[in-house]
Amino acid sequence: MKRQENPWPDRVYKTLKAAGVRQVGYVPDAGHKRLIELCLADKALDAVVLSTEEEGIGLAAGAWLGGVRGALLMQSSGVGNCINALGMTRECRFPLLMLITMRGQFGEFNPWQVPMGQATPGVLSAMGVVVHEANAADEIAPTVDAAARLAFGSCQAVAVLIAQGVIGIKSFQEQASR
Amino acid sequence: MTIALRRRQVVEILLRKRKDLLVVAGLGSTAWDITAAGDSPLSFPLWGAMGNAAMIGLGLALAQPARRVLVVTGDGEMLMGLGSLATIGVQQPRNLSVVVIDNERYGETGMQATHTASGVDLAKVAHACGFGSSRQVREAAELGALRAAIHGAPGPHFAQVKVVAEKLPLVLPPREGGLLKTRFRRALLGAGADLA
Repeated sequence: MKRQENPWPDRVYKTLKAAGVRQVGYVPDAGHKRLIELCLADKALDAVVLSTEEEGIGLAAGAWLGGVRGALLMQSSGVGNCINALGMTRECRFPLLMLITMRGQFGEFNPWQVPMGQATPGVLSAMGVVVHEANAADEIAPTVDAAARLAFGSCQAVAVLIAQGVIGIKSFQEQASR
Repeated sequence: MTIALRRRQVVEILLRKRKDLLVVAGLGSTAWDITAAGDSPLSFPLWGAMGNAAMIGLGLALAQPARRVLVVTGDGEMLMGLGSLATIGVQQPRNLSVVVIDNERYGETGMQATHTASGVDLAKVAHACGFGSSRQVREAAELGALRAAIHGAPGPHFAQVKVVAEKLPLVLPPREGGLLKTRFRRALLGAGADLA
């Protein structure tokens, strides 16, 4: 019962707060629905809805220039939109904390999600982003905690890939009902 | 309508006595323009990440609500990140201004025409995205009011400044990204920034 009262997005939210994150850029994803709601409800945090994921790379860079820690929420399909902007993150050695819900990975029902989902870890690695995978609900918050320490403590770009098996969307109908 | 404004003079006027103003410049000509006006550690000139200048400005403006933030960028750079105008319009940062130095050309690649050469009106786009203060500037007499808005009036502000398409001597800022980041944070946040 306790786990239901405190699902993984709530634990991730507490982890982000404990890590001092005060700006969260996001492109909505069903897997991030709860976490986005928590961020929007938090008046001490700027939750910024983006029109495309690459905007979040600039947003987080600007936040860091201004002395504020940011995080970026997206679906794996958005990773491809970020590639060139990640060149700035690397060249300037900006800290970056990306929380990415995976599609095209585990029981995917939409074939158009598969190419980008399968390429996501490789694309991120190619741009110098450290990739952490969280494959079970209980792993996610501790992985985000470690990723935040690596990002802000060691000035690294870090992505936490939240496995599709954890999110568990298996059909269009299920996605629409969330 | 003839275009008479010269980009270097426009940027020099907007940045004159800039004091605490935080400046982000898009890659290429606008990075050279702000450097020609006088390099500063509180300037962050981009050498890449085309399309992202306005978003860096937004992140900075939200992080530093007590400071004025100016993004100076080109028409080609702005066109690549047009969605960021909508994103900024939603946030309504009162301390952020975005000024597009519009020569209707891709200046670094052979002066090819951008969309603005065919009449795309960025000031109207910004207005439609929620910039209550959005203007197209063609006359030197309008620059004083624009400068005053950037430095003091509640924003967000947007301006599309039509300038002569011209090739000018390069005035280059430092290139290394890590240096540009660190000097900016030290100047803004103090030496403690290195330990944050």
